[in-house]
Amino acid sequence: MKSLRYILPLLAFLILAGFLARGLNLDPREVPSPLIGKPAPSFALTRLDDPAATFKRDDMLGKVWMLNVWASWCVACREEHPLLVEFSKRGLVPIYGLNYKDKRPDGQGWLARFGNPYNASLFDDDGRVGIDFGVYGVPETFIIDKQGVIRLKHIGPLTPDVIRERIEPMLSKLNA
Amino acid sequence: MIPEIGHFALWLALGVALMLSVMPMLGATRGRADWMALARPAATLQFVLVAFAFGCLVAAFVGNDFSVLYVASNSNTSLPTQYRVAAVWGGHEGSMLLWLLMLTGWAFAVARFSKHLPGPVLARILSVMGVLSVGFLLFLLLTSNPFDRLANPPLDGRDLNPLLQDPGMVFHPPMLYMGYVGLSVAFSFAVAALIGGNLDTTWARWTRPWTTVAWIFLTIGIAMGSGWAYYELGWGGWWFWDPVENASFMPWLVATALIHSLAVTEKRGSFKSWTVLLAILAFSLSLLGTFLVRSGVLSSVHAFATDPRRGLFILGFLVFVIGASLALYAWRAPKVGLGARFEWVSRETFLLANNVLLMAACGAVLLGTLYPLLLDALGMGKLSVGPPYFDTVFVPLMTPLIFLIGIGPLARWKQAELPQLARRLRWAFGAALVVAVLTNWWRGHLGIVSTLGLMMAFWIVAALATDLADRLRPNGIVKTSLWHRAGLIPRAMIGMMVAHLGIAVFIFGVTMVKSGEIERDVKMAVGDTTEVLGYTFTFRGVQALMGPNYRASQGTLDVTRDGKAVITLHPEKRIFPVAGATMTEAAIDTGFTRDLYVSLGEPIDNGAAWIVRVYVKPFISWIWGGCLMMAFGGFLAATDRRYRAKVRQTQGADVKVAA
Repeated sequence: MKSLRYILPLLAFLILAGFLARGLNLDPREVPSPLIGKPAPSFALTRLDDPAATFKRDDMLGKVWMLNVWASWCVACREEHPLLVEFSKRGLVPIYGLNYKDKRPDGQGWLARFGNPYNASLFDDDGRVGIDFGVYGVPETFIIDKQGVIRLKHIGPLTPDVIRERIEPMLSKLNA
Repeated sequence: MIPEIGHFALWLALGVALMLSVMPMLGATRGRADWMALARPAATLQFVLVAFAFGCLVAAFVGNDFSVLYVASNSNTSLPTQYRVAAVWGGHEGSMLLWLLMLTGWAFAVARFSKHLPGPVLARILSVMGVLSVGFLLFLLLTSNPFDRLANPPLDGRDLNPLLQDPGMVFHPPMLYMGYVGLSVAFSFAVAALIGGNLDTTWARWTRPWTTVAWIFLTIGIAMGSGWAYYELGWGGWWFWDPVENASFMPWLVATALIHSLAVTEKRGSFKSWTVLLAILAFSLSLLGTFLVRSGVLSSVHAFATDPRRGLFILGFLVFVIGASLALYAWRAPKVGLGARFEWVSRETFLLANNVLLMAACGAVLLGTLYPLLLDALGMGKLSVGPPYFDTVFVPLMTPLIFLIGIGPLARWKQAELPQLARRLRWAFGAALVVAVLTNWWRGHLGIVSTLGLMMAFWIVAALATDLADRLRPNGIVKTSLWHRAGLIPRAMIGMMVAHLGIAVFIFGVTMVKSGEIERDVKMAVGDTTEVLGYTFTFRGVQALMGPNYRASQGTLDVTRDGKAVITLHPEKRIFPVAGATMTEAAIDTGFTRDLYVSLGEPIDNGAAWIVRVYVKPFISWIWGGCLMMAFGGFLAATDRRYRAKVRQTQGADVKVAA
């Protein structure tokens, strides 16, 4: 059975190819989240622009708001960013950023450069809060209702379609 | 008419490639010399046809033939001519045609320069390369025809992606593809040897220079891509662990392992089956990279083709080529044998450790690149793991590898003495440690990570110096001059030293940049100044400017140091109306010990002031300098006279067999 190990590369590759084939047939944006319908995890973080100011989950109780996870090292965030800036100008919902595993000057520089769509960004340098929110990666977007319950989660960059077909209907439902 | 002729040439090339992939292979199996003899002319003809088709596409671009869909999507009348040529590979269809041109070009080179190979071996190699051409020709003709016409041609084209309108982009893709596709030669040699069952040290000797040349192109290609990202993306970074960067980095890691493993196989006959596997994997990863980039399974700034049909085709081809070669490996490799034995402490062992570490690094990059895809396939979501992951896994894997770079070249083949090695290298180790600490102390930067980084760089230099000193020391038997002794060092050995020194330069650059760079985003009105690392930047305002196909706001910043003028920098913000994009053109003063990097952010207060990014990056040009040294070392090794001398020897042997 010594020759068995020579088959291993082939087996490993076939498994990989199976995943790749599956990957071709997936819509990478459509993912259910176990957190939907559950209360948002509680947190208290400092603001990106002001290490002295803290921001807690309960500060937002009574309001519908949007949490967008981003980082200056994230290429996909840069793709999403102009859309988010446009969206924020329409003033449909307060947008808060979760600056995930980043450095303060990097994050601030990024906003100065590409525009700041956020009412405030919360600084999550060790990614602890991101983990509580079940963040797989960056960017991700959550919508949280007046009772502090997560109602929508979008994984990956926002697109005009997502905003039109998922975010806007959800916002008008929650604000009704 | 020209596009139709080009299209037709591709169909003809497909016919030739089909013939090339079948006849010589059959000829080698059945001992038909006339069938085998078809291999070289067919490889030549295939290259000529594809080159002709490529020329037709270039002509369509230069002549602004917007009735061709691909030209209309990627060019514009106001685009300068050199970029119209580069626009040929600015989109999906054209870059695949470029890939094909490289592939047939390599096959042509093998046909041209490998006349000394035994007939059946050369026939099999070229047949395997023919199979690869068939795959890519079918891909091009069935899913991505660059010559498709438009029924209603537009008056003007949609313009080339402004990110790609840059001198670096003119050369970066061809270099990278030369490297990617060049690995197909090592792959074909390996598959041909597995089919023919003649996997021996001559096989390794034939494969080595081809692999090294492909590796040189890959090294330069990656370095150019990184340099492009540095000055074109305008955020001052030079490596982002983007899936497309990873796609080129993984074959590089495997090719590096392959180069070292081939050395063992050639010199000592060991690691044969492992070397063959590496040769297959290196090219497989090139193909996988193509799949990842072209199919759009990973979202990335680079993925400009997102057509499921294309993804499916490449995946099918991938499964066929990689699956068949690995199956062949599973079937034939067990009979290869183990080769010469070696002790636990020997150069073989060190090189084996080098291979294991490089493959582990490649595996880590592969995992980080595919992890999002795997999770997605398992229904668990989509993410990008980003630099935090890669930095965490990569540095611990590279540290022991760097340590081995110092030891390996000093160890003897077959059996080395550990105490003797330690004795020879203890000074190098001590010197590296002391100099690293002193350097950091002198610049007031006593971080553990940066000291370790510097120490790795100095360790390589010190170990190289030890090695060189031993080689130059008189042996006491015959009196020789220093020059004479230096002349005795084989060119390939010098190549290795230069390449390793390149790694030291690279690590030094990375460490200095990571630990010493200062980045500042400041709001500046006319006359405002900011000071970074002793340099004073004075903002002189912004004026409007017209380019051939863009409008620009050009800023002016005077840089002074200790009151003396250093340079005036002109960063730009360019707006490309046709492509509808805004580009940041950073202004960089490149220096030996530091780069001054300035880019314009957004205007604020109605243009009364601007956000300006001001960076001082110590020793950043050493990063690319190190890469170029590695490539140059590879060049020295590939042109070692041994290969030229061996050519004649092998020809002599053939004659004897024939007689």
